[in-house]
Amino acid sequence: MLSRVADSLYWMSRYLERAEHTTRLLDVNLNLMLDESSPSSEHRWLRVLHALGHPRELTWGGDPYTLTRTLTFDLTHKASIVACIISARENSRHVREQISTEMWQRLNSLYLDVTRPNIEIETEGDATEFLQTITEAIHQFQGITDSTMSHGEGWQFIQVGRNIERAAATAMLLEAYHEDLWTHPEGIPEGTEYLEWMGLLRSATAFEAYCKVYTADLSPDRILEFLLLDAQFPHSLRFAIDAMQHALEAIQVESGGMSRAEPLHRLGGRLQAMLSFSSIDDVLDQGVIAVVRNIQQQCRSIHSTIYELYVDYSIQTALAG
Amino acid sequence: MPQNQSQQFAQMAMNNYLLDHAYDEMFAAPGEIHRHYEPLLSHFSSLPADELQRRKQAADLSFLNQGITFTVYGRNEGTEKIFPYDLLPRIITAAEWAKVEHGLMQRITALNLFLKDIYNEGRILKEGIVPREVVYSCKQYRRQMIGLQVPRNIYIAICGTDLIRLENGEFVVLEDNLRVPSGVSYMLTNRRVMKRIFPQLFRRYNVRPIEQYTQLLLGTLRSLAPEGRPEPNIVLLSPGVFNSAYFEHAYLARQMGIELVEGRDLVVHDNVVYMRTTNGLRRVDVIYRRVDDDFIDPLAFRPDTILGVAGLFNAYRAGNVTLANAFGTGVADDKALYAYVPDIIKYYLSEEPVLKNVETYLLTRPSERQHVLQNLDKLVVKAVGESGGYGMLIGPQSTAAQREEFARKIEADPRNYIAQPTISFSRAPCLIDDALEPRHVDLRPYVLYGDKVTVVPGGLTRVALTRGSLVVNSSQGGGSKDTWVLSQ
Repeated sequence: MLSRVADSLYWMSRYLERAEHTTRLLDVNLNLMLDESSPSSEHRWLRVLHALGHPRELTWGGDPYTLTRTLTFDLTHKASIVACIISARENSRHVREQISTEMWQRLNSLYLDVTRPNIEIETEGDATEFLQTITEAIHQFQGITDSTMSHGEGWQFIQVGRNIERAAATAMLLEAYHEDLWTHPEGIPEGTEYLEWMGLLRSATAFEAYCKVYTADLSPDRILEFLLLDAQFPHSLRFAIDAMQHALEAIQVESGGMSRAEPLHRLGGRLQAMLSFSSIDDVLDQGVIAVVRNIQQQCRSIHSTIYELYVDYSIQTALAG
Repeated sequence: MPQNQSQQFAQMAMNNYLLDHAYDEMFAAPGEIHRHYEPLLSHFSSLPADELQRRKQAADLSFLNQGITFTVYGRNEGTEKIFPYDLLPRIITAAEWAKVEHGLMQRITALNLFLKDIYNEGRILKEGIVPREVVYSCKQYRRQMIGLQVPRNIYIAICGTDLIRLENGEFVVLEDNLRVPSGVSYMLTNRRVMKRIFPQLFRRYNVRPIEQYTQLLLGTLRSLAPEGRPEPNIVLLSPGVFNSAYFEHAYLARQMGIELVEGRDLVVHDNVVYMRTTNGLRRVDVIYRRVDDDFIDPLAFRPDTILGVAGLFNAYRAGNVTLANAFGTGVADDKALYAYVPDIIKYYLSEEPVLKNVETYLLTRPSERQHVLQNLDKLVVKAVGESGGYGMLIGPQSTAAQREEFARKIEADPRNYIAQPTISFSRAPCLIDDALEPRHVDLRPYVLYGDKVTVVPGGLTRVALTRGSLVVNSSQGGGSKDTWVLSQ
């Protein structure tokens, strides 16, 4: 497969995952904000910005709705949902022939929907409904992708993109909540912890899945255990890294065997092993913040190794190998 | 449907269909239909009027869903439009086609010999059949090609020649497109849609198939592979998604099962071209390039290109990769050189040209220039380097200001323009809102030259959908029709 094609599929997938994550964070926080007994508005929305990795030049101006609009529509910010969807669609357009018609149509119609004139005015009254249609469309796209595209190398790159983005975003989300949950729990007014914890879980679509494992009895350590180490829940870090590693292995098989990909295989395997074989007590001993930052760092290394190996390799190395 | 209603449609078609001095593809005279159009008219007459509209919508939808679009420049980047499509096929009889085919084969053979000659011995220039200055002043002349051996001596592997019909019905050549002719995907998809929408009508005619085109193209490209590369890796090089013909590039690559690459996918090392894959570098042997000469290699041609591949020309020169078409073919479809093509055919083949040219004034000749400047309101002036209907003056439809502007341009750079009489291309019936109306059409058949010369029986019939307009280019509001060449 052409490197450029792999690159486009990977980014198409990452951008959509990013759009979905931002959409969900906004939706959850707009909803929880209505029960405004809990932390100050400022605290809440600064935490949202933190969870999004402090998008450049984006600051909290004091109004949640303004911030929501910016994070949704403002094309001057590359992190905004619409900007992410445009980027995803642009990437898919460059590899239109590699994805199925059904995928293209679903993504293209999402793009047309969120970029139509007046969309900002039309959705002013009900941001939530709009956000939910976006989430729904992205979920549909993922389903269509899985059922209409051959699960070959291209599809595997889509899996890698989605899961690496998801892992990095979930780690960042835990980092953003870290202070409130483990360092200064007193920052949250008494009696509202439950809502905050629920907010964290719902930001990772994990509330229902958590309850099935631990019942609705929420505690920070269990939440951490679930989001970090659960083997079965698709948004947990362990699950995402497992899926990423599987996809990378499949790619390695298709594109010239393991030996070339050894460094990448090692990096992914180390992270996978850490998440598979650590207990929550190990994580707490090392310190939550250290662990989640370390995971983010490893995701970045994996990303750049994928690039060196498949996309942006030097000609000399390729000819020597 | 009741008999009288169908007669009404045919009657209406005959009565409201106004003939003028242009040749009409369907009617020989008012009320007198060419025989090969009779089954068509009777079939259309048998359909209720709203049925035609319904099928038209079905066709449009089919184009839209398949993403058969082109990009219009000069507006927001990447404005995609469907190529307008007319339901009535344009029909060419076997006898008419035989002549067209013969003429096209003759022409591509001669032009190819001409290219070989001017980039090697230059006999035709020495003997003064074609003046040196016409060749050397052409912007498409590539001195880098001098003395270079191309596989099988084939410069033009793929060509799409624009033909029109004069008032007497004779096909003549309007333009040779020897660089990167486009439109073949519309020919193929038009046919596919037509077969789906009018299967019965299609069966009543014996239409020669065209669907083998992509296979023939692949065979042509394969036959041009550098020696010693029995299983050549063939790729299609596209400028990318913002190019107006991107749909076509993707379509052809998919139909041939070859990789669609952009300049950034290719690298040259030690005069060998490779493509970057996830599995490392893979050698490339034949490039069907849809990028113009100017943009293909920043080291050999325009240094500011970002579409090209640095070092590609040297790899080509070293014989490690074949490009189809070769570099420098544009000199043979230059609009000023066009005037010499009949002489070129006679010179190399000792034959009379089967297909004539349109009369052409060369503005570098003072007497002809004088004549043209005095008759700008009657003539068509074209810039030699432009295509796609850009940079053109249509005298009878121009304003005084436009004529003045062109007069100035001609005086400033006479080599850059040619003039031709305003010809009424033939007209063919089109379905315009529920009625048949005549519109001007041309014909672009596609010719391939590998092991042998093949002319695919058919081509792209382009339609000037605006009433009275003579501009058929898709960028200027043109549409297309399916073209049926009958087998008997």
